[in-house]
Amino acid sequence: MIVSLILVPLVAALVAFIVPSERVRPWIVALTGAAHTAATIAIVAMGLRLTNVAPWLELDALGRLGLVLVSIVFLVCAVYSVGYLHLRAERPNRVFCTVLLVFLAMTSLLMLSQHLTLMWVAMEATTLATALLLYFNQNQRSLEATWKYLMVGAVGIALALLGTLFLAYSALIGLGDPTLMFSQLVKAGPDLSAPWLRTAFVLLLVGYGAKMGLAPLHTWKPDAYGEAPGVVGALLAGGMTTCAFVALLRVYRVADAGGQGDFARGLLVTLGLLSMATAAIFMIGQRDFKRLLAYSSVEHMGILALGIGIGGPAIFAALLHTVNNALVKGILFLSAGNIHRAFKSKRIEDVTGAMRRLPLSGSLFLVGFLAITGAPPFGPFVSELLILTAAIDAHRWVIAALYLIFLAVIFIGMGSTVLAVVQGEPPNDGDGTKFRESPLRVMPMFACLALVLMMGVWIPEPVTDLLYAAARLLGA
Amino acid sequence: MPPIADSILIILLLTNFFILGTASLRAAIRVIALQGILLALLPLFVETHLTFRLVAIVAMTAGIKGLAIPSFLFKAIRDVHIHHEIEPYLGYIPSLFLCAVGTAGALLFADQLPLAIDHRSSLFVPAALATLLAGFLVLTTRRKAISQVAGYLMLENGIYVFGLLLYQSMLVEVGVLLDLVVGIFVMGIVLNHIQREFSSLDTEKLSSLRE
Repeated sequence: MIVSLILVPLVAALVAFIVPSERVRPWIVALTGAAHTAATIAIVAMGLRLTNVAPWLELDALGRLGLVLVSIVFLVCAVYSVGYLHLRAERPNRVFCTVLLVFLAMTSLLMLSQHLTLMWVAMEATTLATALLLYFNQNQRSLEATWKYLMVGAVGIALALLGTLFLAYSALIGLGDPTLMFSQLVKAGPDLSAPWLRTAFVLLLVGYGAKMGLAPLHTWKPDAYGEAPGVVGALLAGGMTTCAFVALLRVYRVADAGGQGDFARGLLVTLGLLSMATAAIFMIGQRDFKRLLAYSSVEHMGILALGIGIGGPAIFAALLHTVNNALVKGILFLSAGNIHRAFKSKRIEDVTGAMRRLPLSGSLFLVGFLAITGAPPFGPFVSELLILTAAIDAHRWVIAALYLIFLAVIFIGMGSTVLAVVQGEPPNDGDGTKFRESPLRVMPMFACLALVLMMGVWIPEPVTDLLYAAARLLGA
Repeated sequence: MPPIADSILIILLLTNFFILGTASLRAAIRVIALQGILLALLPLFVETHLTFRLVAIVAMTAGIKGLAIPSFLFKAIRDVHIHHEIEPYLGYIPSLFLCAVGTAGALLFADQLPLAIDHRSSLFVPAALATLLAGFLVLTTRRKAISQVAGYLMLENGIYVFGLLLYQSMLVEVGVLLDLVVGIFVMGIVLNHIQREFSSLDTEKLSSLRE
């Protein structure tokens, strides 16, 4: 049953590859996404203790949380892409649709992996799949962005493999057996060889951190998110970064069990604050609103790392923020994609008055900005506040102060660009207005908005339970 | 580990210097192929019994790292007419010096790490780390995409050498998946070339005329 979460998207990918109709293919993606979300929620909600085919495929609390989240993000993007691909009918979508479904299968595999090597294979597969998504526009700029993404991603993935090998070696020395099953590694705990474990954590942090886009390994992000279609941006910022974060958390759990928790948390705090600082610097005066969103993604990956680094109750907050961030990124990237289409530019010199030309997308872009910068009553307000109070409760004054300063600077920097886009009169160029806000291109964003509002006002009990279970797994 | 394995690893370390010191892409790729063959020989000294898995690993490594990828790279060189590395970000002498420092550092660092009894007094760990560092050096200091791919291959070779220490788990085979990335890189280089050559036939421009 659990394996079907991987197999069904793979079969659907094959079907999408074979189907000759350019119009039918996107619907296959959307329907598979809907089926995947329904199945995931059913499995998680019923808490099925499924008999497994293999010990290395199992849903732990972290996997349940990640799977539900990625599945929802994928569904949102899949429904949107039906409308998007209809608009881009001049471009063949066979590869795009096939790769989307392979991506879904591989993210499911990653969430289910209880074995480091298997998890690594899933991460590498998502890297290669997303490279093809980035190249959708097939021009010189998108090729350059894809190249940079692959270079950083490939080095990251190579270092992650080396880290995996080091972890196996630490088990070989400690236990006499190079196991890479998470349960065995956690149980072995302090028996693992400490020098190897430390080095392994550093390598895996660099490797999976590059996939998350933590500074200073974020350099691929602005180019990739700037050149990719908005829907790919939403999928990367909401889906792939979540996968990398879950991978990193699983490694963190092993490091913590092996007595290297303080060392790991110190590194996470450093990278987290560095990411927020980098994002703040590059968001001030940013004139390209898609690159702006890329830096916002760097910022929030930083917040996630910081939350885990502070530890204790902040771990729960960081997991909550993972959910909130992924959902708001859906609103932001999809509305930015619509605005980009309608104005044929993503620079604020050319784009003004988005709220007049695109009343719904323009408003959603503004609301998304308010939500992601932590304005109430949206979800991120709660999670960002919880991280702050956790830092204060732990008497980490410097961290709390820097965190607040960065958030304030980013609010101002991001705000000035976003307001320039949505306010004022649209330019009088006449021909940019062919774009219409069809239901398929707007509804997915409202679905995200509803969820983000819900997470801010009232978090349903099953979700809280899931978050607490995942946080307990990480030692909170 | 028998001394022959260590001799192979020393040759591997020397080839790292050669790749860093040459401006000719052809020569660099030939040495990359040599590295692939050296790596294919190494498992023979790790596993003493002749098993199907051993034969498969040796054949696969020689086939992919020694033959397929180098010939793919040679083809790319012919297609894009680039034969020399021009003005690397860091000169040849400084990069050779850095490689020497890196190799010495790898030897010292590996000395600090606790090793399993079988692995003490062998060069596997320092050779792996030094090759990895040399690859990283090529990757970051060279301008041409093909040189960068060569650097990535060296980085990968370093990981492969380390993977042999964990021969009993399936990790050696997993490393081959990284070669997939290399294939995509080379495709990217050729695509980039095609795009520059036919920039007036940019499909983006074709669609903007139609809308």
